[in-house]
Amino acid sequence: MQTLLQQLVNGLSLGAIYALIALGYTMVYGVLRLINFAHGDVYMLGAFAGYFLANALQLDAHPSVLWAMVVTTGAMAICAAVGVLIERLAYRPVRHHSRLTSLITAIGVSLLLEYGGQVVFGAAPRFFPQMIRSETYAVGGVQITNQSLLIIAVAVVVMFGLQFIVRRTRIGKAMRATSYNLSAAKLMGIDTDWVIAFTFALGSALAAAGGVLVALAIPRIDPLMGLMTGLKAFVAAVLGGIGSIPGAMLGGMLIGLMETGLSATAYSTYRDAVAFAVLILILLLRPAGILGSARTEKV
Amino acid sequence: MDGPVNALTPRRARLILIGALALAATGACERRPGGAATTTGDIVIGMYGSLTGDGASFGQSSRDGTQMAVDEINGGGGLLGGRKLKLLIEDDQSKPDEAASAVTKLITQDKVVAVLGEVASRRSLAAAPICQRYNVPMITPASTNARVTEVGDYIFRVCFIDPFQGEVLAKFAFGDLKARKIAVLKDIQQDYSVGLTESVVQHFTALGGVVLPPVSYSSGDGDFRAILTQVRSQKPDVVVVTGYYPEASIIARQARELGMEMPLLGGDGWIGDALKNGREALNNSYICDHYSADNPDPVVQRFVQEYRTRFAHAPDAMAALAYDAVKVLADSITRAKTTDGPALRDAIAHAEVAGVTGRLKMNDKRNVDKPAVIEAVTFKDGDVKFVYKATINP
Repeated sequence: MQTLLQQLVNGLSLGAIYALIALGYTMVYGVLRLINFAHGDVYMLGAFAGYFLANALQLDAHPSVLWAMVVTTGAMAICAAVGVLIERLAYRPVRHHSRLTSLITAIGVSLLLEYGGQVVFGAAPRFFPQMIRSETYAVGGVQITNQSLLIIAVAVVVMFGLQFIVRRTRIGKAMRATSYNLSAAKLMGIDTDWVIAFTFALGSALAAAGGVLVALAIPRIDPLMGLMTGLKAFVAAVLGGIGSIPGAMLGGMLIGLMETGLSATAYSTYRDAVAFAVLILILLLRPAGILGSARTEKV
Repeated sequence: MDGPVNALTPRRARLILIGALALAATGACERRPGGAATTTGDIVIGMYGSLTGDGASFGQSSRDGTQMAVDEINGGGGLLGGRKLKLLIEDDQSKPDEAASAVTKLITQDKVVAVLGEVASRRSLAAAPICQRYNVPMITPASTNARVTEVGDYIFRVCFIDPFQGEVLAKFAFGDLKARKIAVLKDIQQDYSVGLTESVVQHFTALGGVVLPPVSYSSGDGDFRAILTQVRSQKPDVVVVTGYYPEASIIARQARELGMEMPLLGGDGWIGDALKNGREALNNSYICDHYSADNPDPVVQRFVQEYRTRFAHAPDAMAALAYDAVKVLADSITRAKTTDGPALRDAIAHAEVAGVTGRLKMNDKRNVDKPAVIEAVTFKDGDVKFVYKATINP
């Protein structure tokens, strides 16, 4: 029983990581119908930005929650800028071409960041400084670290925050309008370029926050770290219903729990396979995902 | 989806395929006898190693140890009547396929007379068949998987092998740590870890202990909580982590976070700079090592001193073994009086050199029989120290 509860906690901590990244996927998809495959690599850039900032501030020797927040904010700002830049240079020029063109461009950007990252940062894994002193809380034999709690809390807050932005704010309304019909939104006087740039900035900032938080809990970072995590977060977004914000959360948690469940058995090394098996099944059986609604496209 | 304008038609695809096959065929035909024996000029030797990537610490330590030995030999007048050693170093980025191409390049393009490397058994296993095919002797400093030297009669090593290392770990766990039930975590992507796991399981069971079914992970994993939770529920006395240092450091941390306070045990794969990221969680761990830098033997101390002067830190076992591998090679070139592949091979097969890591006498399986040391891992002041505990003879 204790083991089961512990595995549940493990699964939720892992799932929160996927959820945090899946939220960014889902948001960009929701507005642009573009699967931004470079999202996982922006997450990697976020972790590296945090790494360099934290080392510049020597936080490993002097852990502090306040400075950790400064580092996270800095990484978010850097990645927001990178996200806008990627959109401007890579996606906007092909926005009016077929959707396949955008998809291939996204894969290209992703490869550019991964292997460009290997050139700039080197291929060797680096170890993220401990910006916050690690603490473990034990409740009835179930252990959870403050870092895992933080990830879960941030994922939940971000989910509600995004829901609020999209549903209740002026920019959110513009995002929904752009999502519904880009040309019509433009005709109604919405600066769609700006809305899309904002979406990318927000999504990339979230990815950066995810990168820093995950690097705190799993301190090993390398230029290819966004590849597998990003793909699984993508699966999480599809599972929950891509385009749906609560769906991304739900999908992330489910993938996390599934992986943990499988890791606990003798088939632990198949855990990467399970995410992709889920992807295939969901695309075959319910392409809209659990919480997604199939939207008929007007031609 | 719009109709793609520039699609890959079946005809074009076929053309590309034919082109690729033609290229592959020319590559396969290119096979020249290696070990080109020259009689004048520098003696060119090659080293391949993981200077970057997951195993960067292994490659960098080996490079430093190798370079130091080469410089010493050249400073002492070179070999075969004043010919200098020229060392070429290739980075394999910690990838087996890159190791194979690095060695192919060293042999076919640079015409090296001998190859040194690798540390990780998986990469040595990828490169060894190439050295064997071209009849260029290869000496691996630190690949402990038994299969490496079984590739062929041109493949040698200067370290102990995993069947012995597993026995040492099993004896230490059973005898000194009084463990009766152990759990083993293995990295299924690494031949080294798989081989060492087999050996630990076999020897610990033979001593009368219980080994829980080994749990697998993969190189590059970061979240071990699920498998550790499962291990925790079975209450082992000791947990053996047979993989390499990048994962071992995170496993140690997450194990302690889950409240697992039992001793952790590792093989020589734990020896790497990044192990220090395990921090305080590393305390109460032990490893099996090739040598101890604290050994008062003057041969060891002279090496440690000179290495420290040059690189500003103590040499780890990978540096010491790489140094020894060069010494074995140099001694063999001197005795063979030539750099010709088959003659050099025969000389290495009869090598007997007093190395930093012990006496290096090649046996008929092209391995050396050497003692191992057990060291306690301690984390203090931001760095890892290996404290000598015991020497165990084969």
